[in-house]
Amino acid sequence: MFRKIEPYLFIAPAVAVFLLVFAYPVLRLSILSFQRPSGGKMAFVGIANYRAILNDSVFLQAARNNLALLICVPIMVVIALVLAIFLFERIRGWQLYRTTLFLPYLLPIAVVGLIFSYIFQLSGVLNELLASVGLQALALDWLGSTHLALPTLMFVIVWKEVGFGIVLFLARLMSVEEELFDAAKIDGANWWQLQWYVTVPQLGAVIEFFSIVSVITMLSWVFGYVYVMTGGGPGNSTMVTELYIYLTAFRYNQMNIASAVAVLLLLVTGIFIFLELRLREGSSVVEAAG
Amino acid sequence: MKSRYSPTYWLGMSIRQVLVVFASLVSLFPVYFMTVSALKTKSEYIANKWGLPVSLYLQNFNTALSGEKFFERFANSSILTVGSVCISLIIACLAAYAFARMEFFGKRTLFSIILSLMVVPPVVMIIPLFVSMVRWHLVNTYQGIILIYTGLLLPFSIYLMTNFFRAIPREIVEAARIDGCSNLGIFWRIMMPLSAPAVITLIVVNALWVWNELLIALVFMQKDELKTLMVGISALRSRNYVDIPATMAGLLVATIPIVVVYMFGQRFFIRGLTGGAVK
Repeated sequence: MFRKIEPYLFIAPAVAVFLLVFAYPVLRLSILSFQRPSGGKMAFVGIANYRAILNDSVFLQAARNNLALLICVPIMVVIALVLAIFLFERIRGWQLYRTTLFLPYLLPIAVVGLIFSYIFQLSGVLNELLASVGLQALALDWLGSTHLALPTLMFVIVWKEVGFGIVLFLARLMSVEEELFDAAKIDGANWWQLQWYVTVPQLGAVIEFFSIVSVITMLSWVFGYVYVMTGGGPGNSTMVTELYIYLTAFRYNQMNIASAVAVLLLLVTGIFIFLELRLREGSSVVEAAG
Repeated sequence: MKSRYSPTYWLGMSIRQVLVVFASLVSLFPVYFMTVSALKTKSEYIANKWGLPVSLYLQNFNTALSGEKFFERFANSSILTVGSVCISLIIACLAAYAFARMEFFGKRTLFSIILSLMVVPPVVMIIPLFVSMVRWHLVNTYQGIILIYTGLLLPFSIYLMTNFFRAIPREIVEAARIDGCSNLGIFWRIMMPLSAPAVITLIVVNALWVWNELLIALVFMQKDELKTLMVGISALRSRNYVDIPATMAGLLVATIPIVVVYMFGQRFFIRGLTGGAVK
């Protein structure tokens, strides 16, 4: 009898925490998103909150900006792929380079964001560097202009997140059997053919994994960058869904509107979470690393 | 085949070196900038933003550490990190043992659900959690936020430990069982000691995550004396007047624990962070 219930005792604490931190909040969130406060109580208002946000230009701007951030994903895949291949070719000092290229991924976003906001200031380091090499024309207001702020933010996000891809791809490459590369070389494959017919297919599953994780990041894990570097400005040009939820709920005290946005965000990321899960389950995902 | 020393080989290698060195410089520049700025006086910083400092002006560290309740915030971050890392570790290892070595109804489904929780964005949960925490009087308490962090750390922790436990040879476990060892005994005397590398990896990765976390700390620790280091840092940006060198000194001190741990335990970081994907 004890043998039967024993496994449940081992998982009980974890399940209890999950119910408190995930299950119950998500349930509550869904309910909140269909309610509005009226006379000290919560009243059901159907889909009024959803209708309100879909008519809110700030929210639409935030959603558009999140979509724009998706451009970072292919950029990161390409940079990570190229650098991982170079390191895998054992160029001199590759271990040192792996250390330095991975470092940004570990630094706190608050710290990185603050440093970069000093670098990108109008009178900041970058513009002084540009001026000192005679490129005053390129010394722009990187974070203060509505056109440039979002691309500047993208640069910082790529700068920080790409190290994960490099290390991930490299770990996978190091687990591929050397013979595969040797065989292709003996068959006379040139460098491009080698990468295209051997390296990329071998990395297929990890590239897919990294892309999905990065898509989820761009849609729902960029709060820190925006909060620290631009606060959503100038003029909402860098507003993102997470910041919108945060501000609506905690600055403007419209919990119900914010809940509706959160439900939408959960549904959208849910699609990608499902994809990621399928990928992990189908054991095509790699047996490598460390 | 091409000779190792042919001109084309040499050219190719040079191009690779140049690109990788450039990427490394871009990666390191902000850290370099933070470090040199922390050692300059205010006027030197304005005159010379990216060069090496002329003199080592250590007063900045004094200014940074005495202002802004630095030690209080450092302590708050440490308490939250240690608390949530330890609690999640124990809970995760227990659950992982059940997933790896026991049979029970609903095991596969539950494991899939836990995996999917790994990437659920925390911003989705903060509103209902905040509403509940207010009701349970857990806003502005260490316990409340440690509970949330524990929940967010658990999915990855369970995943990593389950994979590690599965890799431990069954024969060892069976031998202990025949000798009359209970499940708890096997867990505590065999699995845990054998899992030291995985446990260290997990501690390092989770501690990094909690130390760096911003959004939840911002929402759930609003009282000034309870704010974490990262919340304190993020507030500096909105100041009109900022002593940039002193700020950089503060950032440096906040970052040093991470860099030191990284230098000594690099393989744990890399193994842990890629382990989520690559197993």
